[in-house]
Amino acid sequence: MSWPNIATIYGKELRDMLRDRRTLLSMIVIPTLLMPAITTVIGVVSYRIVRQARATTPVVMLVGGDDSPRARAALAANDKVKIVPVAGDWRQQISDKKVRAAVEIPPGFDAALERAEFATVKIYNYEGEMRSGFAVTELRRFLGEYRDKVIAARLEARGLPAGFVKPFEVRTENVAPPEKVGGNVIGGIIPYMFLLLSFTGAMYPAMDLTAGEKERGTMETILCSPVSRLDLVLGKFCMVLTASLGTVVCSLLSMGLTFVIGGALFARATDGGPGAIARRAATGAGTTVLPSIDPLGMLGVVGMVLPMAVFFAAILLTISLFAKSFKEAQSYVSPLIILIILPAVVGMLPGVELNARLALVPILNVSLVSKELVSGVWPWDYLALIFGSTCVYAAAALFLAVRMFNREDVIFRT
Amino acid sequence: MIEARHLTKLFHDKKRGEIRAADDISFRVAPGQIYGLLGANGAGKTTTLRLLATLLQPTSGGATVAGFDVAAEPQKVRANVGFLAASTALYGRLTARETMAYFGRLNGIPDAEIAVRTARLARELDMHEFLDRRCDKFSTGMKQKTSIARMLIHDPAVMIFDEPTLGLDIMAARTIVKFVRECRDRGKTVIYSTHIMSEVEKLCDVIGIIHAGRLLAEGPLADLRAQYGENDMEDIFVKAITALAASAAPGIPPVPPAALPGARS
Repeated sequence: MSWPNIATIYGKELRDMLRDRRTLLSMIVIPTLLMPAITTVIGVVSYRIVRQARATTPVVMLVGGDDSPRARAALAANDKVKIVPVAGDWRQQISDKKVRAAVEIPPGFDAALERAEFATVKIYNYEGEMRSGFAVTELRRFLGEYRDKVIAARLEARGLPAGFVKPFEVRTENVAPPEKVGGNVIGGIIPYMFLLLSFTGAMYPAMDLTAGEKERGTMETILCSPVSRLDLVLGKFCMVLTASLGTVVCSLLSMGLTFVIGGALFARATDGGPGAIARRAATGAGTTVLPSIDPLGMLGVVGMVLPMAVFFAAILLTISLFAKSFKEAQSYVSPLIILIILPAVVGMLPGVELNARLALVPILNVSLVSKELVSGVWPWDYLALIFGSTCVYAAAALFLAVRMFNREDVIFRT
Repeated sequence: MIEARHLTKLFHDKKRGEIRAADDISFRVAPGQIYGLLGANGAGKTTTLRLLATLLQPTSGGATVAGFDVAAEPQKVRANVGFLAASTALYGRLTARETMAYFGRLNGIPDAEIAVRTARLARELDMHEFLDRRCDKFSTGMKQKTSIARMLIHDPAVMIFDEPTLGLDIMAARTIVKFVRECRDRGKTVIYSTHIMSEVEKLCDVIGIIHAGRLLAEGPLADLRAQYGENDMEDIFVKAITALAASAAPGIPPVPPAALPGARS
């Protein structure tokens, strides 16, 4: 093995790749720029739509209630909705989005309240339609308040305290730190993205440096040089690994950027600005905790993905080398994405817990342990087992790649 | 110096079974000599040359190239061999200068020496105009010159040419033929495979006729003319194959007309 030769091959392949517009586009530009661009555009557009929808008072049709002037007056006094009298087929008008909802007051509603009889007020809506949803939320809030006022008046009339009908309140409060909440909510997605990106990042260069070279006739040229096959494989392998990790890093940066931009837009759209969320997260008030990720855990995930990327690079080189052309290599390699997605998705499923047996299943093991890592939990025994087994798989794959490069029937398969 | 000793290469094919691509081939090529390996498509020329260039390993027999054994010291053999074939292409995204530097480094030549050799080769081959342009934009002639420079950067003692003019126009082919002659004049050991009769007649000091993996006849052109009683190389070739296929070698298939030298396919 000659390190200068490996470095020469690696340097040439790197230069070659950096000059290839297709590679740069698929590996760096698209994952880096497209994701934040799409997220930003979607975020901005949806924020504007939501803001516009909130600024418009929803039109609500009042059905019935002719004999209940008090309820009608109270509804009409609420400026959050625009109450209009019933006209025509109100169900059709809701479906046609001409009115957003309808509220039906049963006959004798005011009188029934006075007699303390049970009555039902009905709200009709367009399920799944955003503005109809806003109208319903507002109507429910208003009617809930109206009911509370009725109860309060009844209690007062009878000289009873408020606690008479509401002896206790139920409250939920999160005690898990934000990184654990984050680990649970998005912890599964991050290693899954890393695994998938490290695979897809390695795909194109692996095919280009093997089957592509065969197709272009440069494989025989390099084989004529005094460089050993081992040096050749290692030089190419280092390049594929660089591309794989480069894609992960680019996507990681873009995901971080997307998260920050998207988060800020989401916060503005839902809670009056990021300051409010930050305050809430800082004080721990309320039941919502802004999910965060343990940064050290993220480094741990990268550490676990590293041997996996080595495994992917070596396997992809081996398979692609067998192909006669780039197109043939694509047909071998593309279905493998499913093999990557499947265990990674299983790892994301709630309830699938890491155990000694699963710690030996490639991809799934990394996916499962990564969920723990981003939550700030470091199961050292499993980490050692997974890292060790992944390194063994990676070494075996690399050994296989070297063997394939030494097979005449594979190298000269045309 | 090239010395092939009973060089044999077997391939296993699922449909066709065992194929003897090179069958007990022995010959010698001295420095300052061009040895022409003449044969139809599929005769075993490329396999023989790939065995000499250590791209393939012999099933049995052996060869010594530039004093090194092809099986025992393949890297040393390759360090002393320049190989040019229709199938040895250039890296499209590298410039001609970078191509020379890449192969120079892989041959262990220091960068300063590479620069000197690049300048000399660029002058000799008249490459200055396109030296720093990417190979994918080159004309066929430019590609040929760059391939020659790539082949010469480590100044090998042995030059192997496997149908180097295949698919080239007349001008590009002439560049190659001229270059092969220059190699001989510089005292290099040259082996040249082709199926074009005129090239053999013009270039080769010794001609070996190969068919179905076997070396059927060998000698200088004058000797072959005398041996077969024919003046034209094509007639000599056909006579050699049909005579030997019919009598001495029952395993040798007759030559299909389309596979005859010159009948490019």
